[in-house]
Amino acid sequence: MSEMLYWQALNRAMDAEMAADETVLTLGEDVGLYGGTYRVTEGLMAKYGEWRVRDTPISENSFTGLGVGAAMLGLRPVVEIMTINFALFAMDAIVNMAAKIPFMSGGQFPMPLTIRMPGGVAKQLGAQHSQRLEHMLMNVPGLRIVVPATPQDAYWQLRQAIRSDDPILVLEHELLYFSKGDVDEATLAPPIHQAVARRRGRDITCIAYSRMLPLALQAAETLAAEGIELTVIDPRSLSPIDWDTCVRAVEQTHRCLIVEEDCRFAGAGAEFAATLQERCFYLLDAPIQRVAGMDIPTPFNGTLEAASIPRGEHIVQAARQMMAQQ
Amino acid sequence: MDKAQMAAMLRDMLRARAFEEAAAQAYAQGHIAGFLHLYPGEEAVAVGVLHAAEPGDYVVSTYREHVHALVRGIPARQIMAELHGKKTGVSGGMGGSMHLFDRSRRFLGGYAIVGETFPIALGAGYAVAYRRLPEAVICFFGDGAINQGTFHESLNMAALWKLPIFFVCENNHYQIGTEIHRHSAITEVYKRACGYGIPAEKVDGMDVVAVHKAAKRALDRVRAGDGPQFLELETYRYRGHSMADPGSYRPAAELNAYQANDPIAAAVHVAEHPYPSADAIAAAGADCVTRFTDHCCEGGHLDDAAVERMRREIQEEVADAVAFAEQSDAPNMDDAWKAFHRNRRFETLMETAQ
Repeated sequence: MSEMLYWQALNRAMDAEMAADETVLTLGEDVGLYGGTYRVTEGLMAKYGEWRVRDTPISENSFTGLGVGAAMLGLRPVVEIMTINFALFAMDAIVNMAAKIPFMSGGQFPMPLTIRMPGGVAKQLGAQHSQRLEHMLMNVPGLRIVVPATPQDAYWQLRQAIRSDDPILVLEHELLYFSKGDVDEATLAPPIHQAVARRRGRDITCIAYSRMLPLALQAAETLAAEGIELTVIDPRSLSPIDWDTCVRAVEQTHRCLIVEEDCRFAGAGAEFAATLQERCFYLLDAPIQRVAGMDIPTPFNGTLEAASIPRGEHIVQAARQMMAQQ
Repeated sequence: MDKAQMAAMLRDMLRARAFEEAAAQAYAQGHIAGFLHLYPGEEAVAVGVLHAAEPGDYVVSTYREHVHALVRGIPARQIMAELHGKKTGVSGGMGGSMHLFDRSRRFLGGYAIVGETFPIALGAGYAVAYRRLPEAVICFFGDGAINQGTFHESLNMAALWKLPIFFVCENNHYQIGTEIHRHSAITEVYKRACGYGIPAEKVDGMDVVAVHKAAKRALDRVRAGDGPQFLELETYRYRGHSMADPGSYRPAAELNAYQANDPIAAAVHVAEHPYPSADAIAAAGADCVTRFTDHCCEGGHLDDAAVERMRREIQEEVADAVAFAEQSDAPNMDDAWKAFHRNRRFETLMETAQ
């Protein structure tokens, strides 16, 4: 067990898998000599050489497609797309190729492809660099999506993604790269898709992923001081979703609050709310609520930017209102 | 080229023609549904190129790929069954006409989005180079695909890293209904490869011997580690883009409108973009199959009786494939889920709510 930053955990996970399996390689813009824009691939080129750590031209569709083709021949590529915003150029490779080839071939071709993408709202990067696109990708059968919120999960979920024969998207958050936490590299982690309770409380189940998780945990502390106790569930995976863990938590609290940084309309929160009301309707004491990003392109101005996405106080207010609805 | 090889190539050209005509018939009878893009006219391309390929090579193809699959060695039965959406199809009925895959024959699929064969070939080529194997990846595409970004992106990376890829352009002059002069600033496709420093040449795609020779030359270089090679083959499809396309490209309504409102514009339109008549096609050059049959017979490689025997055997093979496809079972939803989850062998996942 050692303490490290989120990016360091990813870096160590890459190193561990590349050392263990010579079919693992990584490619993307500036992953080699430069070491990765968030340092995730730092040091790997020197250690493994340019065929295993490949700097690519700015050609997202084709280098992501390269990952698909190489995976069909049995390699285990880890494609880094510098930010999720650029993945829009690679949607054909992700949606039409990676997600469909295993199925269209009648199962003949596994797709041991991992695609890492930083995203989310960081600090005044403008509308084109401040997106959360998980909802678009969740709607594509054949893709799996993980959203590690802690260094521990970043480490293990990346390793598990590389070992999987399904295409897995690892959505990293730009503001989490320098968050710190303990990483146990020796003990095998829970299954990659399994949701975990980060905190237990009797009143409300709060489902929060990626950077919204630390916000929800902070809000839970504030609320606890007022006597409102939250269970905080980190789904860790957005496709598939570990419904059983979510349902069990809601069955105990009878209330559910979903927090997502993504825009509210047709977002991940809508899927959580729809399915959980289908499964838990008669146990609910209040309508399922969502705290989500505004349905607006992210403004550049810092004050407006902060106002367009959930803050801790929004979670606190929403929880208080839910408890007041008796 | 020896007699046996000539005969084998002619046989595959005749098989290709017969297979596609049988598919067209099955489509007309309602036994095949969806899109169906047929190959008649272009047989010299698939046969010339794939007879120069070795079993260790990989093939990436487009949505007009039945003949590539057939010549690559996938049994006619399995291809026809896939066209019929049956469980016995080469992709288990999950792919269809445009998505034939055969792992054992290194057939990496038919792709239905124009321009997708480039990055797939790029990845396959990367994997071959990564393992330092003397294998080649054959990447088919049409003239319409050269305007996709992936063409340029992939050619650049293939040349940059000297990947073992053989780019084969089946230039049939039409991207569905738009003639190449109207879709490409440079109509000699091979010249575009020069922008990436990839050796390229253009060969008559109606001449199977010339195609085979050029393909062999290129594949030898690819396998020797000389990096990607590029071949443009000028060819022609006799049918429309798909079975849904009569191939006229001048709807009566459009023509009437031009004639009624602006006869000059209509005249210019017709003059600039004529769709060739059957006579014009015949005048442009002999059908590649007829031409090669004549060539084989004139050269003393084959005689009429041998060709007749070949045709009969092929008719039987194709009829058998159609009967097999018709009699095969359809897949059920369980088969679909199985195909979908086949690669989750090391993991147990909790499935979605229902």
